[in-house]
Amino acid sequence: MLKTRIIPCLDVADGRVVKGVNFLDLRDAGDPVEQARVYDAAGADELCFLDIHATHENRGTMYDLATRTAEHCFMPLTIGGGVRTVEDVRNLLLAGADKVSFNSAAVANPDVLTEAAMRFGSQCIVCAIDAKTVAPGRWEIFTHGGRKPTGIDAVTFARTAVEKGAGEILLTSMDRDGTKAGFNIALTRAISDAVEVPVIASGGVGTLDHLVEGVRDGGASAVLAASIFHFGTYTIAEAKAHMAAAGIPMRMQ
Amino acid sequence: MSTVLVDFAGGNLHSAQKAFERMAAEVGGGPVTVSADPDVVASADRLVLPGDGAFAACRSALDDCPGLPEALRQAVEVEGHPLLGICVGMQLLASVGYEYETAEGFGWIPGAIRRIAPSDPALKIPHMGWNDLVVERAHPVMEGVATGDHAYFVHSYQMEVERPADRLAHVDYGGPVTAIVAHDTVVGTQFHPEKSQATGLRLIANFLSWRP
Repeated sequence: MLKTRIIPCLDVADGRVVKGVNFLDLRDAGDPVEQARVYDAAGADELCFLDIHATHENRGTMYDLATRTAEHCFMPLTIGGGVRTVEDVRNLLLAGADKVSFNSAAVANPDVLTEAAMRFGSQCIVCAIDAKTVAPGRWEIFTHGGRKPTGIDAVTFARTAVEKGAGEILLTSMDRDGTKAGFNIALTRAISDAVEVPVIASGGVGTLDHLVEGVRDGGASAVLAASIFHFGTYTIAEAKAHMAAAGIPMRMQ
Repeated sequence: MSTVLVDFAGGNLHSAQKAFERMAAEVGGGPVTVSADPDVVASADRLVLPGDGAFAACRSALDDCPGLPEALRQAVEVEGHPLLGICVGMQLLASVGYEYETAEGFGWIPGAIRRIAPSDPALKIPHMGWNDLVVERAHPVMEGVATGDHAYFVHSYQMEVERPADRLAHVDYGGPVTAIVAHDTVVGTQFHPEKSQATGLRLIANFLSWRP
C-alpha cells in the first residue's frame, strides 16, 4: 500500500537555512545539507528546499546545495523558488534535484509546464500554488511570494496546471501559512478532488492533529511542514506514529 | 569490475552515480562511470540503464545515440553482462510500450508497458511515494530485501510481464504493480533504488556483487 509522505521543507537564502532551527546535534545549524542529513536519518519521506530569494546571482549556490545533498541523502529532493525556464529545470535536475517546482512562472505562462514535462516527464514537474481565501469556498492565486494578486481561481488553475503537465501540486494556504492554526482543509479538499495527481498540503501546521486532518479531511497525498520539525516541537517519528495511530498508512522505520 | 551508467538522455544521473559509487566502494565493485559512448558501454563489466520521462521519448533518445542500442544488445545478448534497468530504464527491458505512442523495447523481459489502472478510482496517478514490496521470488539481487520493505516509486505506467516467473516483486496500488523483474542477466526495478534509502542501497550493493 502506498504510504502518506511527510516532507520537511527548508527555506534557503544564499545557501543558508533562513528560519532558525534548534537541532542540537548540528555543528552548523545553518547548513541545509547538514539538516537534510538529519531528516534523512530521521525517516523523512522526501525533502524540499525552497530558494526564497532566488536571485540570478545565488543560483549557483543552490546547484551546489543540490549536489552536496545528493551525495549524502539517498532520498527524493524537490527544489523550488525562482524556477522560470526549462533550462532552470535542467540545471537543477543535473545538480541532483529529483523534482523541480514552478510557481509564479507557471501562472504567467502555463505552457512552460508542458515544455518541461515533455522534456523531463511530468513525474519531476511540481506546480506550487499559493492561494488566499477571497470568499467562502473561493480561493485566488497570488504570485511573487504572495505579494501579487492574479484574479485567477485556484481550483481552475490547478486543473490547468495538471492538464499542462504538472505531476504534483504543492498547495500552500496563504491564510494559514505561519499561523500554526492548521491547513486550510476546504481549499485542500477542493484542489485534491479537482486533480488526478498527488497534492501536497502546506501552510499552517502547528500540531500533529493538523497533519492527520490534511490527509483525512483534505485528501492530501503528502504533508509539508517546516517549523514544527525545525524547532524540534515534534520529531518525524512522532508525527508518523501519530498519523499511523489515526489510521493513515505511514512508512515506519 | 567496472560499471557504466548509460547516460542516453542527459538526465539526472548525479544521485544514481553517487549511490553506485558509494556501494561499489563498500563491496569492492570497482569504478563507476557515466557514459553514452558505445565503446565505453562495450568495455563495461556491468551496466545500469536509467530513464525518466515517457517511454517513447526515452526510446528515441537512446536510438539517437549512434551505436548505443547495438552496444547494449551486444553486452547483454552476446556477452551476457549484468544489466540493471531503473524506472523507465526497467520498462525499456520489455517488448513494447504504449505511453502516448507505441514504441518497442529491447524485449529481454517479454511484456508490455501500460498505464496503471487502479481498481479504486480515488487513487492518484502518478503512483508517487513509498510503497511496500511483496516479494514473489528469491534472486541474488534481492538478498536481504524482504516483503514489507519500502521503496520509492514515481510513475504512471507499469510493466505487465508475459511470464509470471520474470516478476520478482510487486506492490499493491489498487491491484498489483510490478516492482522488480529479472531474466537471465537482466534485472529491472520500477522504483528508484538510489532514492530508496537503506533498501535501495542494499539492492544496488547486491547488483554490484552479482556474478551471474
